[in-house]
Amino acid sequence: MGRYLAQRLAGAIPTLLGVAVLTFAFIRLIPGDAIAARLGTSTALDPEQLASLRSYFGLDQPLPVQFWTWLTSLLHGDAGYSIRTGRPVLVEIAQRLPATLELTVAAAVIAIAVGVPLGLVSALRPRSRLDVIVRIGGLVALSLPSFWLGTLIIVLFSLYLRWLPNTGGYVEFAQDPLANLGLLLFPAITLGLALAGATMRMTRSAMLDVLGADYVRTATAKGLAPSVVVRRHVLKNGLIVVVTLLGIQVGQLLGGTVVVEEIFSVPGVGRMLLAAIVQRDYALVQGAVLGIAVLFVGVNIVVDLLYGYLDPRIRLG
Amino acid sequence: MATWIPGSASASPAPGGAYGWRAVARAFIREPVAVLGLAMVALYALIALGVDLLPLRDPLAVSAQRLAAPTREFPFGTDALGRDLFSRVLFGARLSMEVATLSVAGATLVGGVLGLAAGYVGGLVDLLVGRVMDVFFAFPAILLALGIVAALGPDPANVIIAIAVVYTPIFARVVRAPVLAIKAHDYVEAARATGARPVRIVVRHIVPNLLSTLIVQISLALSWAVLTEGALSFLGLSAQPPAPSWGVMLNEGRQYLEFATHLAVFPGLAIMIAVLGFNLLGDGLRDALDPQRR
Repeated sequence: MGRYLAQRLAGAIPTLLGVAVLTFAFIRLIPGDAIAARLGTSTALDPEQLASLRSYFGLDQPLPVQFWTWLTSLLHGDAGYSIRTGRPVLVEIAQRLPATLELTVAAAVIAIAVGVPLGLVSALRPRSRLDVIVRIGGLVALSLPSFWLGTLIIVLFSLYLRWLPNTGGYVEFAQDPLANLGLLLFPAITLGLALAGATMRMTRSAMLDVLGADYVRTATAKGLAPSVVVRRHVLKNGLIVVVTLLGIQVGQLLGGTVVVEEIFSVPGVGRMLLAAIVQRDYALVQGAVLGIAVLFVGVNIVVDLLYGYLDPRIRLG
Repeated sequence: MATWIPGSASASPAPGGAYGWRAVARAFIREPVAVLGLAMVALYALIALGVDLLPLRDPLAVSAQRLAAPTREFPFGTDALGRDLFSRVLFGARLSMEVATLSVAGATLVGGVLGLAAGYVGGLVDLLVGRVMDVFFAFPAILLALGIVAALGPDPANVIIAIAVVYTPIFARVVRAPVLAIKAHDYVEAARATGARPVRIVVRHIVPNLLSTLIVQISLALSWAVLTEGALSFLGLSAQPPAPSWGVMLNEGRQYLEFATHLAVFPGLAIMIAVLGFNLLGDGLRDALDPQRR
């Protein structure tokens, strides 16, 4: 297992380097000047002042030099400073990361808690009424735009039923656990519903495959009770497939947080990223995009390890 | 994300072969859900193509009837500037479809060629393409699209590029695996032995065998493209007001939710119908094209 982990981690290095190059390149393509954007049009600035500000932020250096400076300081834990607030990028991200992570984890939990049992039940009773509902419901859930679902939830629950403030927001769990979960519930449902639909469909088809396998027929033929067959053979083997497919998708939730945080005014990394894009805050956009990509690669490695743990054939192969 | 990653490297037989397109069509028609998907996609496409032939109000024309609820005169009501929401939603189909089809066409072409090259040539090309694609796979899809649009500027043309870039690696991967399997078949070997040139082998023998895989993937990619265009325009990064874009309409409507719920309902419903249609169609096609599932 240790060697497998080392291999996976080593394999991620060129990918991460590529991610860094890409992130850097994208941000430099942005039209307009960060300094001008920060100062706005109201401030008349003579070219000399502008030049000195540009050199202060290192924006007058050749691109490869800028990249190298950025990368080496990144490895020293310095991701630069937000041009707008003047605070370190890492501090800005760290402050907003808990909200984003909590939202992502909650959405994943909802997706799994809803998707796996429904997919399993629907596979055990193919062509039943429940199966039809699960199959169509799964596709509808997959097709619901999160920005629309979020808007509808706000209309229903805060404008008509008045269950929650329509301002949204975030309260730390340690500060007020109930308020934290209350504010988290609807954003998490909004973010997790599509994945719940996908999970339902993946679980269903994985379980159907396993149910048709020879060893399941053998287990049934030797007189095992159906519940034992499902628990011991079907669930275990089917879940391996579900974990892999789910792993590919769980990380995608990190991207979805941008939209959901914006709708529900959750002060997370995604919302910060959007604001930074509008304000052309180079360092902050770079840091946020890179941070999410690193998390995403990390999630994928964890899923790989989990897969190796569940299925010894992978680890040894 | 509705990506379909083939479970195994085995290629499904060409529909033109022992099974034939007619068998595929029969299998497709037997599934009511698939036909429903086709109908939804057809409705979307017809509106997008022919919306200017319909007797509609100008989607940009303002009127004194602001935030009016749906009536016979205004079936979907009006927005804050008194514009006809029905006309705006129907015109929105055109913008949405332009972005979706162009971006997916680009991704199919570029990704398909890269996947063919990686699978057929192998070796260093395969390694290089794989490495570059890995970098793109290291971003959550929507984040990658967002980053590209942020860099290029908020404009539908840039959204097309962004969605194409996100989907290119997926098409490359989806094409590469079956190419590896097909390449090993005897008939490809035979073609090579008769002295056929690589381009001819790829075009005559390999591409036709990829069609069923590609068709399914294109349908699912279109669903994601419609969804992503909606999300980006909702975030203000695609078409700009006053353009009749579904995402823009939803975002504009957010301020008036308390008095005019219809502003939140109809544009979202339009996006969902298009997305669901492509998903149903893709699912139905996959089942119909797979002899084992028929």
